[in-house]
Amino acid sequence: MNTTFLSRSLLRAATSTSLKPTTTTSIRTLASVATSQTAPAEPGSKEPNVKQFQIYRWNPDTPEKKPYMQTYELDMNQTGPMVLDALVRLKNEIDPTLTFRRSCREGICGSCAMNIQGSNTLACLCRIDVSNSAPVKIYPLPHTYVVKDLVPDLTQFYKQYKSIKPYLQRKTPSPDGREYRQSIAERKKLDGLYECILCACCSTSCPSYWWNSSDYLGPAVLLQSYRWLADSRDEATGARKSAFENEMSLYRCHTIMNCAKTCPKGLNPGQAIANIKKEMAFGS
Amino acid sequence: MFARSSARITASALPKPFFITRSSLVASQLRPATTTASNSASTQNVSPDDAYTILVAQRKQRPISPHLSIYQPQLTWYGSAANRITGSVLSVGAYGFFAAYAVAPAFGWHLDSATIAAAFSGLPAAAKFGLKFAVALPFSYHSWNGIRHLLWDTGKALDIKDVYRTGYAVLGLTTISTIYLVMI
Repeated sequence: MNTTFLSRSLLRAATSTSLKPTTTTSIRTLASVATSQTAPAEPGSKEPNVKQFQIYRWNPDTPEKKPYMQTYELDMNQTGPMVLDALVRLKNEIDPTLTFRRSCREGICGSCAMNIQGSNTLACLCRIDVSNSAPVKIYPLPHTYVVKDLVPDLTQFYKQYKSIKPYLQRKTPSPDGREYRQSIAERKKLDGLYECILCACCSTSCPSYWWNSSDYLGPAVLLQSYRWLADSRDEATGARKSAFENEMSLYRCHTIMNCAKTCPKGLNPGQAIANIKKEMAFGS
Repeated sequence: MFARSSARITASALPKPFFITRSSLVASQLRPATTTASNSASTQNVSPDDAYTILVAQRKQRPISPHLSIYQPQLTWYGSAANRITGSVLSVGAYGFFAAYAVAPAFGWHLDSATIAAAFSGLPAAAKFGLKFAVALPFSYHSWNGIRHLLWDTGKALDIKDVYRTGYAVLGLTTISTIYLVMI
């Protein structure tokens, strides 16, 4: 049996759409790099500005080999400004086995969530820090099961999302048989909640979620839950709240606030959780 | 179509070490350059049952990605950890003392205030200072941070700016009250 099936398909998914620059530019830029190292640089070409990238590697095809950090080097003059640009270039040009998720490259899909320089963010929204010569350290999202390299297994995360019934629950028809209407004030309550892209940066930055991810829902899923609790059109508020009447699902949040600190979309899951706790105690 | 294939050929024709100036990459860890150029990844059909078996086998092997050791030190989670540690220290100390006080008569221990005060006054200055500090610091931090938590429970001061502002306030107040408690 082909045990490489999964990793292969992941790899294929990442290589199939190549993000190479246009032909002429790429050949020219590559050529200038070649000469800059072997012969005097062309007039006008810049000094190579080399940045190191230390990346977490683990291959499911060789599970006996422990995870390790692999160091790569890239000339920043030839690389785009974002960490994702560097990763794509590393994969395309240096090491095609390097595996990571990415899709939209503009911070709306949440695929490229990873731990960069110690905090969780989206690689596509994270600038490469060129202000110093320190290597850029890249790990998968913390305390997740690693599928391969920078790809975490988010099965549990998605199951938890499903468990909060993330959709409008309503039995009463609208009075005029048309849309369920909201006032401007009611709609405003959803700002800061609906923008969440479920990248899992916040949940995997939460120490409480690290230790209790089997039972504690985590900041992302709780923020999503509050998105429906705060929705004036939703009629399942009671059921949603009673699902939290246990010590694990909601109350493992100890207001550590790593979630709000790390959110690449600038949202505040900690605030949403505090609002849920308050509504649980005093009613909304 | 043409643009793409010519780009690939060019890339493959270039010698490998070329993109890496002082690489710590081991050569054996790299695939040969040709695999990059010709997208030669082969596929193999796997039935859903077999795919499931493979998945289950893989899941057993998966490592857990690093967490505590690599996450950036931040006031948020360091402050929270400090709150837990100081809380535990104070609880263990208090329960330990109360339990010892409760069983003291049975063992003939003297743990009444007068005896403790006498024993404490006999200690060298450095030990007095150290002991007072060891109690005053966790007590101060845990108390001030407790007030911060009460504020949070009202749903206020939770945006990241306020979290930092109150965090530094707690550190400042802790320093002041610790110094005061050590000096009395």
